[in-house]
Amino acid sequence: MLQEEEMVKELRETVARILRVPYYQKRLGELGITQAEDIQSLKDFQRLPLTSKEDLRLNYPFGLMAEPVDNLVRVHASSGTTGKPTVVGYTRKDVQLWAEIVANGLRLAGVTSKDVVQVAYGYGLFTGGMGLHYGCEELGALVVPISGGNTQRQLMLMKDFGTTVLACTPSYALYLAESLEETGISRDELRLRIGIFGAEPWTEGMREEIESRLGIKAIDIYGLSEIMGPGVAIECEGQHGLHIDPHFYPEVLDENGSPLPEGKKGELVFTTLEKEGFPVLRYRTKDLTTLRYGKCEHCGHEGWTMDRVSARVDDMLIIRGVNVFPSQVEEGILAVGGLEPHYLLVVERVGTLDQLEVWVEVNTASFLDEVRELENLQERVKRSIEDIIGISVRVRLVEPKSIPRSEGKAKRVIDKRKG
Amino acid sequence: MLQLSIFLENSQGRLAQVLSVLAELKVNIRALSLADTKDYGVLRIMVDEPEAVAAKLKERDYVVSTTPVWVLKVHDRAGGLSEVLNQLVEQGVSVEYMYAFVEKAGEAAQVVIRVQDEQVMSEAVKKL
Repeated sequence: MLQEEEMVKELRETVARILRVPYYQKRLGELGITQAEDIQSLKDFQRLPLTSKEDLRLNYPFGLMAEPVDNLVRVHASSGTTGKPTVVGYTRKDVQLWAEIVANGLRLAGVTSKDVVQVAYGYGLFTGGMGLHYGCEELGALVVPISGGNTQRQLMLMKDFGTTVLACTPSYALYLAESLEETGISRDELRLRIGIFGAEPWTEGMREEIESRLGIKAIDIYGLSEIMGPGVAIECEGQHGLHIDPHFYPEVLDENGSPLPEGKKGELVFTTLEKEGFPVLRYRTKDLTTLRYGKCEHCGHEGWTMDRVSARVDDMLIIRGVNVFPSQVEEGILAVGGLEPHYLLVVERVGTLDQLEVWVEVNTASFLDEVRELENLQERVKRSIEDIIGISVRVRLVEPKSIPRSEGKAKRVIDKRKG
Repeated sequence: MLQLSIFLENSQGRLAQVLSVLAELKVNIRALSLADTKDYGVLRIMVDEPEAVAAKLKERDYVVSTTPVWVLKVHDRAGGLSEVLNQLVEQGVSVEYMYAFVEKAGEAAQVVIRVQDEQVMSEAVKKL
């Protein structure tokens, strides 16, 4: 591992930057920390307060910027489901650094300057589109800034431009694959070879499905606007965990906010290093994962690697006292074979009891004429899911395309217990 | 013969909807049966050119399969079906499901039979 001393030195610089912000000054001051020099060890650092989305909302829009707004050249924002969005600002140097980080990540993933990258993440306040865009330009690849949606046009350009790399959410990649089959464009007419997929949790089963249907290598990319945007971490071609860029210091914490050792699963927390406009201290991502430190045998990356994000704290459903994540249900459905990962979790309270119903689409491959066979399929899916989540579920077979498709992040849960 | 099976969700108007589609496709339904459970059903129909109809339904996102079935003529009178069925059972035929329809012209009724073992059935039918 990096010498603790060196790491602490870098973290201290971030603390110094953050102390320019009145809000942090006050919060750190309450702990008796008034200057960066008060941080002498990782232990000292771990005593610093955590930052959450709520802190960003309280300081909407520019209260947490460490540079005068004049020095910022760009803002991004993430949509809040309630109230105001959370806003982040970038200096010219930040924007350049971000592009370099994404370019480095893409290189690890096997993308080169010869690639044609179709960026089907949304462009705009969301960091996905522009983050990938500038990273590709930095790398020297040809960018097709098509943004999200307009599926038929996506497919046409994919074919006509000879797109080699597709960047979007995994659920949209699957939808594109499905539309491709319907449009009658065969895989041989395309030059796709790599997918850069992120912005929502997905499973290994989903990866296999996308890889086989599109005939590509599906790479997991991770990021969030509060830290920088996409590129905070990415898989290399070896596909064994996501390598975290050295400009971000990760920690994994337990439910009480205490640091967990390597290999233990908990909430991922990041501190930015070198970032100017919006440096952030111990930001709670709400993503659950594990960390390990070392050198990657495949690409030689040295530093922190995180497991794929299996779930978000926010996605967690508590059903009859048991924690359930949509990704576990997905795993269960795909384990049965022959079914596609189009599903919906419907949670209801019947009397005093919570009930989980999982809707799964039947497809031609899994459909047999006999009701007995369908009941058998239903039963196998039910058992497969129950084996993973440990509580009973009702499986409902529905017609294809009856679960809404998404062009961005997929909606997997309807919780009728709320409101 | 081939029978068409269509997966249908158990929801208000779903059956009427698929029947409208079949009407639009100018498909004449010769025989029909509906197997249902709480959440979904399987609509089984006999039509001309089942494979062409199946392809058209798939284009419209229906889940469809074709299944080999047997169509037998039986006398349209008391005991007509029982007679035939007993002979089949004697020959070792296992029936998965069946449904009957009456032809407009002629004295015969017809039954659509799905069996477990095609081989056994084809032998049994020869002896009817």
